[in-house]
Amino acid sequence: MIETRVAFELVSPERLLLSESVDMVVVPGAEGDFGVLVRHAPLVSGVRPGVISVYNGGQVTERIFVAGGFAEVTPSRCTVLAEQAMPVAEIDRPAAEQQLKDAREDLADAKDDDERDAAARQIAVAEAMIQASAS
Amino acid sequence: MASLKDLRVRIASVKSTQKITSAMKMVAAAKLRRAQEQAEASRPYAERMARMLGSLAASVAGQDGAPPLLKGSGKDEVHLIVVGTADRGLCGGFNSSIVREARQMIHALGGQGKTVKLLCVGRKGRDQLRRDYGELIVDTIEDVAKPAVTFDKASAIAGRLTQMFQAGEFDVCTIIYAQFKSAITQIVTPQQLIPFAVPEEQKEAAAGGGASAAYEYEPDEEEILAALLPRNIAVQIFRALLENNASEQGARMTAMDSATRNAGDMIDRLTLVYNRTRQAAITRELIEIISAKEAM
Repeated sequence: MIETRVAFELVSPERLLLSESVDMVVVPGAEGDFGVLVRHAPLVSGVRPGVISVYNGGQVTERIFVAGGFAEVTPSRCTVLAEQAMPVAEIDRPAAEQQLKDAREDLADAKDDDERDAAARQIAVAEAMIQASAS
Repeated sequence: MASLKDLRVRIASVKSTQKITSAMKMVAAAKLRRAQEQAEASRPYAERMARMLGSLAASVAGQDGAPPLLKGSGKDEVHLIVVGTADRGLCGGFNSSIVREARQMIHALGGQGKTVKLLCVGRKGRDQLRRDYGELIVDTIEDVAKPAVTFDKASAIAGRLTQMFQAGEFDVCTIIYAQFKSAITQIVTPQQLIPFAVPEEQKEAAAGGGASAAYEYEPDEEEILAALLPRNIAVQIFRALLENNASEQGARMTAMDSATRNAGDMIDRLTLVYNRTRQAAITRELIEIISAKEAM
């Protein structure tokens, strides 16, 4: 039998969120979303803040928000190392909006490039979070 | 021979000590559960991160453009040892065994003519090392597990290490921590952080032109490595801190458990002596009364 499923793992520093074999995952890569099916070419990619969608039987069975990280793809498996991850349903919309507001203030107060970068990253994460919960 | 009063006082004091140790045991057991979960949850991430970086590193190894965090500073002179211990004692051999490993390492490196610097994480490690190696200690970081070990704290330590490395303050960095196996067993583990140590099997796979060399990179190799390397250090430190935290609670639980048991034994022994002494006193009084009566 030909293997038609890809072993997908999603881990964040705090825990292993998902480890199962799935039909397809769509990962928000640093240079655009990419779908991973079995026998995908080996790839290492950055991950931008966004939503990972897990497909089983042509349906999206799971949507998980990640705040950036890295993905490693080999022909048989796909591993995503997320900086922070949570199911889309658990996103706290008001908290995300508050975070966005805070981050914008931080950006306005930033004194050097490092602070500006950190604030800009925060904004990107918060915006992606709000967008994910809206869709 | 101790008087009855002395014995009573003694028993009371052992009993109150026992209460303390059994309370500490219970606290440690409760904390252990959480710490163990955390430590075990952090393992997959740290392992996969190391594996991913290993395959990346193996494919970049030997190239001129490889970042210093990966290939090292080109020297092997100054070693920085991060000694991860607890802030508090009363946890059996936990702190001592880590410090012993550190001592051995300092000794071995010193024997090879290398310079050693120490960064103590946790008060107890510093206290034990200060006497012999006080001049080697660069700094001490305290309260990493208070109120909880967080990724931010690990990141801060990692950021500091990266900065020191870039400033040329050391060439090789190793962290010593106790890997949590069970409440009774903790394995003292030295782990090299900088430069990144490629696991042996991945080295061989790369040398044989294995699959690890064929990755595509998005955006590109350097950028990913530049982001991944400092992150890996933070992740490995985070993992070490969590393992250490779990090990500390485990060691404390076991130590306090045996302390409680020992106190119980001691109370039994003292009670026996107390009762014997009491009986002897009663018998003596009786004999005195009887012999006094007979003499009349």
